[in-house]
Amino acid sequence: MTDATATHGPDGLLLAADGTPLKAKLHQSMKASRRRAFGLVLPLLLFVLASFIIPIIMLLWTGVSNDTYASNMPRSAPLLRAWDGASPPTEAMAEAMVLDMIDARKAKTIGKVASRVNREQSGTRSLYTKSARRAAKMEAPFLDALTKADKDWSDLETWRATKIAATSLTPAYYAAALDYKYTADGEFVEQSEERQIHVKLFWKTIWVSGAVMFFCLLLGYPVAYLLSHLPAKSANLLMILVLLPFWTSLLVRTTAWIAMLQSQGVLNDIFVWIGITGDEQRFSLIYNLTGTLIAMTHILLPFMILPIYSVMRAIPPSHVRAAKSLGATNSTAFWRVYFPATIPGIGAGGLLVFILSIGYYITPALVGGQDGQLISNFIAYHMQRSLNWSLAAALGGILLAIVLLLYWLYDRIVGIDNMKLG
Amino acid sequence: MELPPYATLGQKIWHYTFYFICALIFLFLITPILIIAPLSFNAEPYFSFTEGMMAFDKEAYSMRWYEDILANGMVDPEQPRSWAMFREWLWMGLSPMHTMPEGFFSDAWENAQWVRAMKNSFFIGFFATLIATALGTLAAIGLSRAEMPYRGAIMSILISPLIVPLVITAAGMFYFYSQVGLSQTYTGVILAHAALGTPFVIITVTATLVGFDKSLVRAGASMGAGPARTFWKIQMPLILPGVVSGGLFAFITSFDEVVAVLFLAGPEHRTIPRQMYSGIREQISPTILAVATILVIISILLLVTMEMLRRRGERLRGIRS
Repeated sequence: MTDATATHGPDGLLLAADGTPLKAKLHQSMKASRRRAFGLVLPLLLFVLASFIIPIIMLLWTGVSNDTYASNMPRSAPLLRAWDGASPPTEAMAEAMVLDMIDARKAKTIGKVASRVNREQSGTRSLYTKSARRAAKMEAPFLDALTKADKDWSDLETWRATKIAATSLTPAYYAAALDYKYTADGEFVEQSEERQIHVKLFWKTIWVSGAVMFFCLLLGYPVAYLLSHLPAKSANLLMILVLLPFWTSLLVRTTAWIAMLQSQGVLNDIFVWIGITGDEQRFSLIYNLTGTLIAMTHILLPFMILPIYSVMRAIPPSHVRAAKSLGATNSTAFWRVYFPATIPGIGAGGLLVFILSIGYYITPALVGGQDGQLISNFIAYHMQRSLNWSLAAALGGILLAIVLLLYWLYDRIVGIDNMKLG
Repeated sequence: MELPPYATLGQKIWHYTFYFICALIFLFLITPILIIAPLSFNAEPYFSFTEGMMAFDKEAYSMRWYEDILANGMVDPEQPRSWAMFREWLWMGLSPMHTMPEGFFSDAWENAQWVRAMKNSFFIGFFATLIATALGTLAAIGLSRAEMPYRGAIMSILISPLIVPLVITAAGMFYFYSQVGLSQTYTGVILAHAALGTPFVIITVTATLVGFDKSLVRAGASMGAGPARTFWKIQMPLILPGVVSGGLFAFITSFDEVVAVLFLAGPEHRTIPRQMYSGIREQISPTILAVATILVIISILLLVTMEMLRRRGERLRGIRS
């Protein structure tokens, strides 16, 4: 009996061996095991944050903040930011501008500054490089000296464009990514008709992804149905035909489609041989949108088949039989009983294919030609060729927002835990 | 799927039409992958079947593009002679008696472009897989514990490299890594590929852990084994198939990845996909088809390995189909 009383505290609480209340002890050990579990995840979490999340956040930051001008032209930038953009430029601004130009020319950064301002108003690149060459010899009054070097300095628009460039934190790139122009007065003006390319490209990317998703569903559904209704042995054998493309390198499959679709390719040879078309007018199936669609459908098809297949396998065959025994025709039984049960699989596969195809880069770059390019190709172009990183970041930010929205949807509908491979 | 004996004519027609449609879809899936094998033996520098090939003329086929995989970039001026000797050497069953010109193999090993690309691919893939598998397995074990806090949020962060468009990932890494001096280095590419591979490891290992009986670990602990010992002796052997297939996925991801390489790697870090990418863009030659054929053979071997791993995993965990 003494033992029993020893484990009870004065207020009747259960006590652990060391005299603390059992509840507190349990809480303590739960906390410790929670910390242990978190400790296991922590290394990877830190790694992913450092090598993946932070780089992307930093890139996105350049989409709203570009300090090319402010960091290379430190004297004129604050003056320009304080300027109202309507009154005539002051002598102080001109003096700061000239001194900055001399320094920037010495530091060899004037080219960067010039192309930054040039993005706000085309034609200012040469204005800047030319004026910077003469800046060292300029004397006060600097405003007149600048105007003498190039009469564009008397134009208010030049200064207004510079004011935009001097403001580091700016919505200008997101505005540009959505085909708007951000003016010095802080207004958004629609770009002229022929320069509205980005929104069109976004819609095209969404449209192409939708089409790829649709084709994948069209081709994937019958295959998944066949695989889930065949006896296990033959289904496994046919499954290899689905999994082999899945495991084959993306570049290999893209190369294979070039060999298939080009004008002297296998498919066109067959068409000529059958007589569908003449030797002279072969179909152009590649280096255009058609090629992108065919190759992307082929590459993403397994991602559609596998989720639908795993859902179909779980549907008891008795459901359709029950429907038929109650008098449903084959098509009624399929459309009202079987098909609704497969919708989770269609949702999972469809969203996955859509998410993957909206960010596709390699295949459109290789087989897309001119009109098969998608938004990713444009982002890469601004990253690597035109070196307009801020615009690339803004375009990427919008693309990322779309993808994350879909990802959230996928998590809600399917659950990330249920993502399966192979 | 069997047709009942009382099926009407319409049902029969529909049944066989369905089979025919499925056969066409399978053809669509598999033809492009199989067609590259015969094309890679083309004697002409074309991407299509020549008339000689259609007539099964022996002259129309050759191994020249496979030889070109090695030859491309080699400095040996006497290559044609070497190739004849190399072929002879192959026919003699790699006999050590047969002497090859001195420096032939070291030349190929050091200078051939595709050989260098292969070395790079394996080097980057190995270390990326190592990092991804080690960190991913640990994290998956932590994530599958019931007491893990903020499970959903952390899981979605860790899976996100799979979802975020590769161009954004690669551009971000390019921007950040060039500021910290990691762009145009092996380290940069390895880190990038490791980050891209971890989601696969997490997914496969968590899937294996679902069927893991935790009382086994408790039984080991009750007999006096410490946490490290129960992990290595009990848990690890049982989840090993999942870990290995996760590692394979991570390796394949790295081996197949080209966007991050395009942004992050310098010319001397070119991997096989990167080499293929520029091959397709610049000078399209059937050498790419020969490389592609070899890669297809590798992926067939991988597929078989994965299937065996899956069966072994199911057997170990007592799931029988």
